[in-house]
This record gives sequence, C-alpha cells and structure tokens, in this order.
Amino acid sequence: MSATAKLPRWAELGLLPLVNLLAALVLSGVIVKILGESPWAALKLMSAGAFGSQEAVGYTLYYTTNFIFTGLAVAVAYHAGLFNIGAEGQAYIGGLGTGLVCLWLGAWPFWAVFPLAVLAGALGGAAWAFIPAWLQARRGSHIVITTIMFNFLASALMTYLLVNVLIRPGQQSPESREFSAHAVMPAAHELLAKVGVTFTATPLNLAFLLALLAAAFVSVFIWRTRWGYALRVAGQSPDAAVYAGILPPRIIIGAMLLSGALAGCLGLNELMGSQHRILIDFPGGAGFVGIAVALMGRNRPLGVILAAVLFGALAQGGSQLSFDMPKVNRDMVVVIQGLVILFCGALENVFRAPLARVVAMFGNRGGEE
Amino acid sequence: METYTLIVLTLAATLRVATPLLLAALAGMFSERSGVIDLGLEGKMLGAAFAAAAVSAVTGSAWLGLAAGVATALTLALLLGYACITHRGNQVVAAMAVNIMVAGLGPTLALAWFGLGGQTPQLDGAGQRFRELVWPWAQQARDVALPGLLYAELLSGHSLIVYFAAGLVPASAWVLYRTRFGLRLRAVGENPLAVDTAGISVNGLRYQAVLISGLLCGVAGTYLSTAASAGFVRDMTAGKGYLALAALIFGKWKPWPTLGACLLFAFTDALATRLQGVALPLVGVIPVQFILALPYALTVLLLAGFVGKAVAPRAIGTPYAKEK
Amino acid sequence: MNRAPGVPALELRGIDKRFGAVHANRGVDFSVAAGSVHGLIGENGAGKSTLMNIVYGFHRADAGEMLIHGRRVDIHAPHAAIAAGIGMVHQHFMLVENFTVLENVILGVERGARLAASLAHAREELKKLAHDYGLEVPLDAMVSELPVGVQQRVEILKALYRGAEILILDEPTAVLTPQEAAQLFQLLGRLREQGKAVIFVTHKLREIMAVTDRVTVMRQGAVVAEVATAETSVRELAEKMVGRAVLLQVEKGPAQPGAARLAVQDLEVRDRRGVARVKGVSFEVRAGEIVGIAGVAGNGQSELLEALAGIVASSRGEIRLNGCDLVREELDARARRGLGLAHVPEDRLRMGVVAAFSAQANAILGYHDRPAYNRGLLLDRTAILAGCEKKMAGYDVRPPDPELRLASFSGGNQQKLVLAREIDADPSVLLVGQPTRGVDIGAIEFIHRQLVALRDAGKAVLLVSVELEEILGLADRILVMNCGEIVGEVASADATEEKLGLMMAGVRGEGHA
Repeated sequence: MSATAKLPRWAELGLLPLVNLLAALVLSGVIVKILGESPWAALKLMSAGAFGSQEAVGYTLYYTTNFIFTGLAVAVAYHAGLFNIGAEGQAYIGGLGTGLVCLWLGAWPFWAVFPLAVLAGALGGAAWAFIPAWLQARRGSHIVITTIMFNFLASALMTYLLVNVLIRPGQQSPESREFSAHAVMPAAHELLAKVGVTFTATPLNLAFLLALLAAAFVSVFIWRTRWGYALRVAGQSPDAAVYAGILPPRIIIGAMLLSGALAGCLGLNELMGSQHRILIDFPGGAGFVGIAVALMGRNRPLGVILAAVLFGALAQGGSQLSFDMPKVNRDMVVVIQGLVILFCGALENVFRAPLARVVAMFGNRGGEE
Repeated sequence: METYTLIVLTLAATLRVATPLLLAALAGMFSERSGVIDLGLEGKMLGAAFAAAAVSAVTGSAWLGLAAGVATALTLALLLGYACITHRGNQVVAAMAVNIMVAGLGPTLALAWFGLGGQTPQLDGAGQRFRELVWPWAQQARDVALPGLLYAELLSGHSLIVYFAAGLVPASAWVLYRTRFGLRLRAVGENPLAVDTAGISVNGLRYQAVLISGLLCGVAGTYLSTAASAGFVRDMTAGKGYLALAALIFGKWKPWPTLGACLLFAFTDALATRLQGVALPLVGVIPVQFILALPYALTVLLLAGFVGKAVAPRAIGTPYAKEK
Repeated sequence: MNRAPGVPALELRGIDKRFGAVHANRGVDFSVAAGSVHGLIGENGAGKSTLMNIVYGFHRADAGEMLIHGRRVDIHAPHAAIAAGIGMVHQHFMLVENFTVLENVILGVERGARLAASLAHAREELKKLAHDYGLEVPLDAMVSELPVGVQQRVEILKALYRGAEILILDEPTAVLTPQEAAQLFQLLGRLREQGKAVIFVTHKLREIMAVTDRVTVMRQGAVVAEVATAETSVRELAEKMVGRAVLLQVEKGPAQPGAARLAVQDLEVRDRRGVARVKGVSFEVRAGEIVGIAGVAGNGQSELLEALAGIVASSRGEIRLNGCDLVREELDARARRGLGLAHVPEDRLRMGVVAAFSAQANAILGYHDRPAYNRGLLLDRTAILAGCEKKMAGYDVRPPDPELRLASFSGGNQQKLVLAREIDADPSVLLVGQPTRGVDIGAIEFIHRQLVALRDAGKAVLLVSVELEEILGLADRILVMNCGEIVGEVASADATEEKLGLMMAGVRGEGHA
C-alpha cells in the first residue's frame, strides 16, 4: 500500500543514491548533447579537470571543503526534522565573524588567531541560524521560509557592511583589505612541503582537515551520544520525544545552532584559506549545494564527504570544461547540481519501487529488513 | 510640483516592479491553497524569462515569446507536480532542485544558442517586446493639470501584462471564493481527505493548481525579459520568486491582501532606488540595503506572529496518501 | 429508487482484502435491508473499517462482489459510492474546518461552476431535510466552531444531501457525550422510518442492543455471526466477538494494597483551546494494587494520563509521587521518570516508540541519558545491546533481533518491548494506557500477566482502558470517568459490565435509550 518500498540497508544507502546519481548524469549528458558537444568528451574533460593533476586534485578538494561544511550543516538539521535552506546566509555571516577576527587580530600569531577565527565563524553561523530556530521553536514560524528570508537579510547586511564599513579605503570593489600573513590558513602545499612532499600550489588548505574533523565529530555526535539520540528522536517523532522527556524546542534550537556553526566554518576555507579578504557573495551558492550534498550523501557524514568530493569535482571539472568546450560554460555545473537534487531528493521514490523489486529478485540478504 | 512629480513617478515605478511579484504571488496562491508549497516560483519565472526572450529574439514576436515562456513554466510546473504529487516527493527539495537547475540551464542554453556569454540578444526589434501602451491624450494630459500627470504616468504607459496582472486580482478572488473550482481548491489545501471522501480527485485538483501556477509564472517571467527589460540576463529574477512568496504569506494567502503586500514590497524597492544617496531630514541617508531588506524582515516578523498572524493552508507541504 | 421487496439494499459477497501480510477481510458476506439499522461489531482490528472502506470505494477488494438493491455495482472510488447512494460518516469527520456548514455540504456535489446557485439550492434542500429528520444545524456557522455532536450531524446531512439510501456510521459514538449519543440514536430511528439502510459500526455492545435490528459480528477479518438483535444478548455477542468466554479471568490473588504511591488532588487539565478536559479529579493509587479508569473514549482519560506523565501541563491541583509534589516542583516527563514514574502510553506508535528506529534504540527511549547506557560522553553500545537482548528474552519479543526496525515487529511484540522497557526501569508507579490496543490475543494474556506480576511485586499500577472487560479482569478498584470527572468508584468484586456502563454514561441509577 505504501509508496515507500523497503530496501535493504546497503541498497538504501549505496545503490539507490548511485542509481539516482546515474539518472541525473545521463540527463546532464543529454543536455550536453543538445548543446552540440559530446557527452563522453565532456565527461573525460571533467574527470581530467577534476582529478588529472595535482593542481586539479587540489582545487577539487578545496571546493570539497566548502561542500562538506554546508552538507553537514543541512544533514544535522535534517536529522532533527528541520530543513535548513539558510546555510548560505549562515555561511555568509559566519565568514564575517572569521573575517573580522582575521582583520582585527592580524598582528597576533597564527596559533592565537586560528582558534578565535574558528570560534568566530561557528558563532556567526550559529547566531544567524538561531533566530529562525527560535522562531520555529517558540512561535511555530515555518523554518524553511524564515531561513530563506534570512539568506536575503544576510546578503543585505553584508552588502551594506562591505560597501559602507569594511571596504578598503580608496577601493571601488566592495571588499575588505587583505588579511595579514598571520591570519591566513596554511596552504596544503606548504604543509606538505614541511614533511618533504612536493605539491603544486593550490587553494587547498588546512580547512580541509577541519572539515574532515567536523564530519567525524558529527558522526560521533549524532550516532554515539545521548544528545544525538535525542536529536534523532525529536526529528523522527516530536510526540515520542515529548513522551521520552526530550524537549523538541530545545532540540530545534540546539540542532540549528550546530547546523549554523558548521555552515559558518565555510569562511575558514574560502576567506582565511583562499581569498584572504572578505568579499561580496563569497559563499557563492555553496549553501544550496549543501542541500544536494546532504541528500546525495543520505545525511550520513561519510556520505556527505563522498558527495562533497563529487560536487567539488563537478565545480572544478566544470570550470575546466568551460575552457575547453566553447559551447559549455560553468553554469552547466549548476544544472547538474539541480538535477542531482531532483533525482536524489524529490524523485527518489521513482526508482525505489523498481529497485526494491530487482533487489528482492536477487534474494533479500541485507543487514536490516 | 516637483515633489508631486517625484511621488507619481515613484508610484508608477512601484506598479512596474509590483507586476511580476503579483503574478508570481497569485501563482503561488493557487498552488499553496491546494496544499503544495511553491518555492519553485523563482525557477519557473526564470525559465520563462529565458524562453520568452530566446524565442522572441529568434522569431521577432513577443507573443511567441510569451507562448514559449508559458510553455516552459508549465513544463517545469508539471515536473514539480510529477515529483511532489504523483511521487509524493519533498516539495521543498523539488522546488530547490528546479530553481537551481533553471538558474544554470538558462545561461547554458543562452551561451550555446547565442554565444553571448549567458544572455540572449538585446530585444530591440519592433514586435520583440511588450511595449508600454500609451492611453489617448496621455501626452497632452501630462501638461494640462496635476491629475493629468496621474493619468499619464499611473494609468497610462504600462505594458499589457501590467494591466493583465491588475485584472488578475479580482479574477483570482472571484475564482477562489465564488466558483466550484475555488471551493474545492480551498478544501484540498485544508483537508485533502475530506475532498477525497467527497469523491473528488485530490491529485487532479493539485495538478490543476500547480499548472495555473505555472501559467502565471510564465507570464511573470515573460514580463521580466520582454517588457521590464530587453532580453534575458543571468539570474534576472534575483530572488523575486522568493519575494513573491513572502508577499503571498504577508497577504495571508488571499488575493486582495496579497496585492497590498506586493505593492508595499514594490514600493520599498522603488523608494530604495529614489532614496539612493539622498539625505532625508532628521534621519540622514538611509542605506539602500536596509530598505531593500525590509520586505524580508517584515515577512519574518509576520511569520513570528509579531505583526498579525499568517495561518497557512493546513495541509500545505504534506503529500497526500490514503491512510491504510 | 425502485426496490423489489426482500432484496437487500446492500449485499456483499465473498469480499476479500489483504494489506501485505495482514488478511483484513476473509470472504465476507454481508447484507443490509432497507428501512433497518444494522449493527456491525467486532474488536479493534476485526476488519470492520476495512470492509466499510471497501463499500465506500476507499479501498478495492481483492475479490468478491457488491450488489445494491440487487444490482451488481463496481465501486472503485468514493464518487462511485456516492453515485450509488452510499453515504459514510467516518469516525474522524471529513469536514473542512474553516468552511461553513453549507460549503461543506455542497463540496463535491456543486451544481455548476458558480457557487451561488449551488449554495442557494443546498440551503433550500437542507431546510427540507432538517424538517424531515429533525436535523437542525446552523448552515452559515464555521464548522470549527460547532460542537462535535453537531459536526456529526453535518456529516449525516452531507450524506443525505447526496441522496444516500445506505448510510454507514463508523464508531459514531466514540466522540459523543451520552446526551449527544441519545440524540443520534433517535435520529437513526427516523432514518429507519424513512426507509434508509443504516450500517452502525461499533465495538460497544450496549449500543448495538439499543438501536439495531440485526447485527453482524466480525472477528479476525471474517463474519462469525449474523443474528436479529432481539434474539441475542450482550453476553452472546461478546463471546462471538472475542471468540472465547468474556471476562478474561486473569489469574490473580487478592490485592494487598500498601502505602499510597500516587496521590492526585483536584487535578484540572485544559486543552489548547482552554477547555477543561479533566475537571478537578482526585484519587490515589497504592502500592500493590491496580486501579482501573474506565470511560468512553474522549472523556478526559487520555489527558489525565498525559498530565500525570508530565507530557501536558495541568492547570490546577497537585500530583504527588511518593510524597513529592510533581506539579509544584515543575518536574517534566524526564524528571518524573527519574523519580520512578513509568508510562506505557495509549497511542504506542505515535508516542511510545520511534517506528523507524531499531528495537534496541527503542529499548532506551526515555532512558537514554541513564548512566547505565552511557560511558562518559558516548552511549554505551554494548550495554544498550545487552539490555535490549535481555528485555527481548524476558518478555518473549519475537523475533529477538535488536537490530530490526521497530516497524517490522507486530503490534503485540512492539507493545511487549515497550512494557519491558518501562517495567525494567523498576518504577514505583506504572501508568498504562490501552495496553492491549492493536495487540494479538496471545500477547494480550502475556501483557495482562505482566501487569498483575508487577502489582504483586508491590508496585502501583494505574490502568486506563476503554475495553471494559480488560478493566474488569485486571483492576482491583475501578474509577469511572465521564466528561472529565470521576463519577464513581467500584471495587472490582462488585463491578459488572452493566453497572460500569451506566456510570460511564454519566448517569447513576438510570440508563439511556
């Protein structure tokens, strides 16, 4: 009767996302074909562009870092039953926090700036998530709508600050002055050089490791602690949560603070790791890609990392593609992102039932039923 | 005299800004009243804007552009319906997917077809755009008297789509409150089970609602690229779909209050343009970003119940499945 | 409609329906004569609702056929049922709350695309119906502002307006006050006089005896009896319904009550609208006794239970657990659990478990922050697994697989796991709501034995159930609730179904209808 056919765990977490991804990629290939280019050639170019050289890998992982942060942000909120569309705005404000620390405390040594920059980024993102969370928890305001509104409010606030307050004197484009050398994330090639490995200079930096740490933390927090347990109960069934003595409003606020904090770390990679200044619209849609990453990764941290690598590769490979294929531009990457969200999220039920039949045909020997 | 002219011109600008907002907000009204969240307004409008400009550029006909814009938005609406109604997918996710996909697809196709770096060619041919309609004696009236200026700027001098949008408000109100379709639409957004047991197809109604939304988004998008400006540029909706949604919420999902909200939001936009860098008495220069952010802030306050209370259709966002 | 005499208004032949593994209807034959009220009884889960949903076109039967006035019909959707003259009043009303009565009535049967004509026509028609049946309702009132009994009349009007000749009422009295129920029964009489075929679905025997002409009994998806009401008795029907002698004699010795564990004084609970649902209730539950609360569903028992557990707030009065005033101390559900108040909730799937979680994750719900399940900052997975295995073994939960998703267990096994979780926490007071709702027969006996064993171990048990026989079989003292008040107390030795039934109706000494 029910439309959600049951799949064994391995198929639910592995096979189904792959089938959905494949569908999205096939359709993307069709679009490339319509544009008058060869999908195969495009795929080859993109793979080479994303993984074909040290530089390519560096850039891919640099983009991956952003997507891990925002993907985790969306995933954590999802486990609490919340849809956080506001990762974009939270990343923006979090980056402001990181940027301000880097601007103000630039004279301090790196080991002092670094923890404060992380803290400020997390706090900024958490603060921007707090108001929608509070409104949802206490006043029942639909968090999807309020987080969207807060994206626009963040954008307005940042434009104002960059145009009127933070702008480098004598500069036309709205961006801050450059961070001092102390307030810059060590680049991967510098770190690797210290252990004797030579690596091409890319924007890949220490924030990548932070993102992996964040994923590990989220994994342990959600599945191995009582707080994570309470969060998942509240996300699955607010009534059961109340019965169990878990207070859903508190979970809503706590989950969104964590979600916002994770999104807020994006500035560590983007500003402190790569741009070395605060500039207009630096999240560049990573907050929205986070939705795709979380959906694709089934809201599991490991899945989020893998999906983030995929989207990082798309972002990097896509820019390579636009160099080599005159008829394809970087926007094609955005199309693919949209298609992945469509197939992994909204249309996930389309393939579930047929897949369940196929899996059942080959004998149902999964871990869970 | 000078102030009066400024006011009239600002109001006229308000009408022009309000038009796509209103079309999209009313589009969202039909969809949301049926119980389907319409975050996809942005994508449907943007898709229509691209298709309208592209077809108009190629064929030289704004009307063919309109047809293409509407067809595109309808296709996207069908896709959303297929995902959310037929397959009961998450409505928010589906809409975000469409918004993101279209944001990329427009510039991609524009580059491939026109080679102009993500935009369509400038529409300056005779029939390529929906031009302003000048009412009889508007030019003469302008010079005659104060009400004449009102006539010339506020009533006359808009494209056909503006008048269409204005007429759509009473039409929507009539459909919603005075017709069988409206009754069923309102019912299905409140209690789909009641509609089902009354022998009416829930999914059928929702598809109709979603398609009406597509149709109106198509007109809204066409307005953006062939009336308000001369061609499609990347991300030309710039959040208008979300702003329309905010207006819909602000208007409590009712046609006339939604018109009010659209006018208010459009007025803040027109005002922001006027007040750029202008020092006002007492307050000085108001940063333009603050004025532009006002609609979003107001909507949040409304949702929080601090200014009135917006009660959404009860069944909104939940796919309909018969209980076992 | 032309009818041959003797031909039933509705006849079902060999209706069969499965939902996955559940065989909800097994070759059901059923017929109803025009101008009669026909009772359909059975326990929860006996297949009554499924059968009626098939008649109304909400579900399709896997096999079997349906005849209306002797003609075969194919009812594949509600609109076909409506066209065939079938009307249904669902247990949960199918009304649009922010519509007026008139708008609700015409929904789906409008005359033409414009509303005005439909509304005018319906207004006239409804005046006639109101006159014929004594069904007065304010046509322009918002449905949400009407009392439940009036809303039900709107549902009946809806069906009549659609020309229903066959009217199905699914558990119509579950939400009604006794007065409203009495009015409904009068109405059923008038419907019978007008030649309608009324199907009255319930699991309450007294109502069947009061209003029906014939009665069909269902058990486990099949029809087990069809008799004239005048030729049967409550006892006979009850035996057929449950398939064994009623009054399950739970093996138990006399209670040996000790000190008061739970003391409730003048407790008042209001719902979200501010309406008092529990009105100044006082009672005690002592160690070593089971106190049963009997009552028609919706008379405040649920609210009482949730207020005691700390899930909803009380607006007045005190709740003392072993002397500690839970209300004054503002203790929430978690803190109350910590003081030894365990709770098996009425609605298991909504509240007592998380269906998507594994059995072992469910086995710690509410106790997840206990030191026993935690090691430092992390949950102790070994302890959780061991705890779940122990509970599953001790309460015979099948299959004994802690990794299995809870939704994959049968209702009885889910309930056993919940019971195991709550009893294993060694509470001094256990609150139990509808312990055997949606539970198979085998598990019922097991659960009852566990509750008695808990009592004998010196714990206080408060049992809320709408199943009278459960109360009669288990409780040592019985409190009866009606309209939010405790209207009486009976020692279980003196209690009979009839006596409790009268008290549940809120009237002492006189019955209704």
